[in-house]
Amino acid sequence: MGWVSVALIAVPLAGAVALLVAPGALRPVLRIYGPIVSGVTLVLAVVMLAAFDHGQAARPQFAVDQPWIPGLSLRFHLGVDGISLPLVVLTALLTFLCFAYLGWGGGRRPGQLLSARPGGARPRALVFTLLVLEVGMIGTFLALDLLLFFVFFEIVLVPMYFLIAVWGGEGRRRAAVKFILYTLLGSVIMLLGLLLVWAQTGTLDIVALGDAHGAGMPRAVQVLAFAAIGIGLAVKTPMWPLHTWLPDAHTEAPTVGSVLLAGVLLKMGTYGFARIAIPILPEGAVAVAPWLGALAVVGIVYGALACLAQRDLKRMIAYSSVGHMGFVLLGFATLTTVGINGALFANVAHGLITGLLFFVAGGIKDRYHTGDMPSLGGGMLATLPHLGAVLTFAAIASLGLPGLAGFWGEMLALLGAFQPGGGLPRGLFLTFMVIGGLGAVLTAAYFLVMLSRVTHGVPSVPAGPAVPAGAAVPTAPTVPAVPAGPGPAPVTTGAGGDAVVSGMGSDAVATGAGAGAGFDERAAAVSATAEVTGDAAGWETPDERPVQPLETQPEQARSPGRDDGSPAAGMLDVQRYELVAWVPLIVLTLLFGLWPKLLLSLTTPAVQNLLGALS
Amino acid sequence: MIQEIDYFAIAAPLTLALFAGLVLVLDAFLPARPRVRPALGLVTLAGVLVALGFVVAQAVRGGSALSTFCVPPGLNAPGGGCSYVVDRFTLILAGLVLVAAVVVVLMSMTELARGDIPVGEWYFLLLCTLVGAVTLPASRDLIMLVVALELVSLPVFALTALKRYDGRSSEAAVKLFLVSVVSTAVMLFGVSLLYGIGGSVFLDRLGAVLGGEAAAPGRPGAGASDLGASVLGASVLGASDLGTSVLGAEHGLPGVVTVGVVLVVAGFAFKIAAVPFHAWAADVYQGAPIPVAALLSVISKAAGFAGLILVLVTALPGQAGAWVPIVAILSALTMTAGNLLAMRQRSAVRLLAWSSVAQSGYILAPLAVAPAGTGAGASVAYLVMYAAMNLGAFAVVMLVSRVARRNELDDYRGLAFRSPVAALALAFCLLCLAGLPPGLAGLFAKIVVFREIVDGGAGWLAVVMAVNTVIGLYYYVAWTARLFVPVTAIGGAVREGAAQAVVAPRSAPAVWAAIGVAVAVAVLFSAAPQLVLDLTTVT
Repeated sequence: MGWVSVALIAVPLAGAVALLVAPGALRPVLRIYGPIVSGVTLVLAVVMLAAFDHGQAARPQFAVDQPWIPGLSLRFHLGVDGISLPLVVLTALLTFLCFAYLGWGGGRRPGQLLSARPGGARPRALVFTLLVLEVGMIGTFLALDLLLFFVFFEIVLVPMYFLIAVWGGEGRRRAAVKFILYTLLGSVIMLLGLLLVWAQTGTLDIVALGDAHGAGMPRAVQVLAFAAIGIGLAVKTPMWPLHTWLPDAHTEAPTVGSVLLAGVLLKMGTYGFARIAIPILPEGAVAVAPWLGALAVVGIVYGALACLAQRDLKRMIAYSSVGHMGFVLLGFATLTTVGINGALFANVAHGLITGLLFFVAGGIKDRYHTGDMPSLGGGMLATLPHLGAVLTFAAIASLGLPGLAGFWGEMLALLGAFQPGGGLPRGLFLTFMVIGGLGAVLTAAYFLVMLSRVTHGVPSVPAGPAVPAGAAVPTAPTVPAVPAGPGPAPVTTGAGGDAVVSGMGSDAVATGAGAGAGFDERAAAVSATAEVTGDAAGWETPDERPVQPLETQPEQARSPGRDDGSPAAGMLDVQRYELVAWVPLIVLTLLFGLWPKLLLSLTTPAVQNLLGALS
Repeated sequence: MIQEIDYFAIAAPLTLALFAGLVLVLDAFLPARPRVRPALGLVTLAGVLVALGFVVAQAVRGGSALSTFCVPPGLNAPGGGCSYVVDRFTLILAGLVLVAAVVVVLMSMTELARGDIPVGEWYFLLLCTLVGAVTLPASRDLIMLVVALELVSLPVFALTALKRYDGRSSEAAVKLFLVSVVSTAVMLFGVSLLYGIGGSVFLDRLGAVLGGEAAAPGRPGAGASDLGASVLGASVLGASDLGTSVLGAEHGLPGVVTVGVVLVVAGFAFKIAAVPFHAWAADVYQGAPIPVAALLSVISKAAGFAGLILVLVTALPGQAGAWVPIVAILSALTMTAGNLLAMRQRSAVRLLAWSSVAQSGYILAPLAVAPAGTGAGASVAYLVMYAAMNLGAFAVVMLVSRVARRNELDDYRGLAFRSPVAALALAFCLLCLAGLPPGLAGLFAKIVVFREIVDGGAGWLAVVMAVNTVIGLYYYVAWTARLFVPVTAIGGAVREGAAQAVVAPRSAPAVWAAIGVAVAVAVLFSAAPQLVLDLTTVT
């Protein structure tokens, strides 16, 4: 059955190569090409799930072991066990959903980047990038050789860089560079740690090293190697204080980029702890665990406090990821079966829920053309009831309501901290547990505040009921009809928001024009009007924004804007292509929330195995 | 004395020398028609390929190493020795030089098509450089080594200056000339000191004397008892400790050995543009015609490293205590300075110049930790992979330079839309240089080096190199990203005229062939790095 593992990597890779070799033939079918390739991958993942021997969840299955580079003793060794299987399926699923989101229906909606549009959306490059990304992500979870793991770990960097730098928002260049430099620094340090392990033991085989449980490595070497590998993984996870690349990357990435970044890429970091750091270097793990736990709880509290201070929806979700990953790391730091199980559960749950949150946030940003929460104006449950409902669901799931997937992982992680293993100081971990519990309360607080700002309350503007849903598709032909006033309203808010966040773009004219270029379909109308009103509004926005910028706009300029300009009138409730992508995530969140044993039964044997002597 | 010469052993440099003469004669006697220019290029190419054929034949033959120009034992020195040895190391580096030469000749054919450079002289000088570069890795005595190294360097000054009436080019030639002459003088001084102490020019004989295994001739008090003591000392210390503990005093070698070692290392450091002798790199690369810059960054550098490895590993293993720290510090400084300077560049060629300085640092690093010889294997492996990717980058830069005279990084904006194949090739080569997938060749090359360093226990050097990898990534990725940015999206920054022109494959077939060769090799190394490692681990 080893072919399934190989095929999981080979199918997306072949799909990407085919795009490179035969661009002309595939261009007309591009919109269904991505879903087909990733769909085949998903089917393979499901086959793997079905054929997986649950009785043997602790051992690698579907194994392939071929020499690749004997000179480096690097073997092409793949396989899955109970820890990696859920992540492989999650990756295949999220990638497929992203493609479905991009290509479903006509593919002409704002979030669907595959449609041709002026300025070059470059759909072929996007499909190519996502497929290469999938190769790296699935490969990381399948690899059972230290260097092979590292190679796949690195493969994701360049596609994600381009995903952010090409299809991202205003500050994309900076965010993308920050992302790639940070993560590369992390992974190079990790490489040094891996090579140190190799130099000490003479093998790169993760299975053999895991079974040895650190035999043959002195304690000092284990601590050093664990620190090096841990730093590399912690950058990816991200752990406070190495997280600073994350909010920028998330805020600027396109919707699918954010979904995959949060849903899968962060998991690669945490997965590394479970696959490499803890089983191979148990003594190092015991030595570093208190520090790991401390940084994890700082991350939980810091993430929650930072979330409370955010104005941008995507940025807030990004910081919430820091908090959630803090719970995952705390689970690992306990070195108990319960804690690590919880960490792995929280991992998958975070992938599902935060993936959904980013999908919804992307949908909101496409509709309102801003992610700034005060500008959204509240009352979404009244104006866009379905979208508001999904956002509410995702937020509640994320804050850890019992009965939904987000609850179990965090609960188990805290439970693990109640009785840490491996001879770790109990008092310290009890403290961590208490602080983590407070962090969970804060998590609930910021999500509820967000909901009260966005979904509840009276809509600040009457939604344009006069406009029938079908007629107001904001495509190019309707644009010239936009009167002089409304067009720039969202544009200048976007620019102002940018000025607040990044301290750039003080020149309102320039930012207005720049933003116009971003929203290609409206570029023509905006460029004429942005200079007029953008100028007038732009001077005061930076100062006015913290108060309540929408109210300061002249009434006559605002209401027509809401009527047939872009935000309100063009806003349709949840669309079919969005439903296609979101429903599976909602269903799985409910399923794992109500029946956590489904996942825990997979991971428990593997976790017991990896802890070995410690448990 | 009549020496027997094994002509098969020296077939490769001999072929190149004969073709050099042939090109000069053809240039003098053929009518000056436009067709003659490419014809001479093809003759040169044929010469390089024939020489490459000989190298392949020598490699296929297997068996023991070929050697010629030998001195029989007991003639003037105990033990005797050979000046020219064709072993695995020689074959790898000769093969590397000749394959790189194919790419450089192909690039030259396009460069010369413009018509402002004399063709015959160009190819003659190019072939002379190649003779030196192929001879150098085979040299096993100090004199041959210095002569070969000068044969590599001297024609390059002239090649740099051949772009007549060009101020930059002349300046570059003068700079290169001065730097090279100074470095030769420094090295000759060091070489003469080593000869004075060791009493032999043969590297293995020198190694024996400087390692304390044989008595230094002519030293007062040198006798059988002293020799016995030193051998005893060596055996007590054990082989692994030899490197650190055997310094002059212990075996009665004068301290001037260390001076000689340092001077020789400094001389080679000039050639490979290592810090603090790196300052010439950017100006010379930018002033020289691009094929010459490529030649400097790959062939000339490979020759420099070949000489350095030969001297350090064959002649000076016993003095490792003196040169290991020097090489380690040079390596760390070189990679850091190269990367930091590269970050600030706007010109594509200058950026590649500093990046190649940084890469020199990576190649030096394994030498600094594992003097036993495996380190040299890692260095050669890195050198081979680096040659492929760097030549690929230079070939694309050459292509772009035909439409953008200033050749700045901004000229590369939107290359992916004008010439997707060139952009993909350049992107691949840059990612290889950065060491990121899909450029697996570069990644594995770095892993080989890292492995050697970590295994050798030089943790600080590994950390320095790790940080440098990240710095390097910054400018490589910034350049790569430019390739895919549509020109329309940057508003006023559109450069008028040149940058917009389409680079059609028809216009410069030779450069496209060069790109094809270099990128194909880089892709091959990415998929099967074992090819390189197989070749280089045994050295």
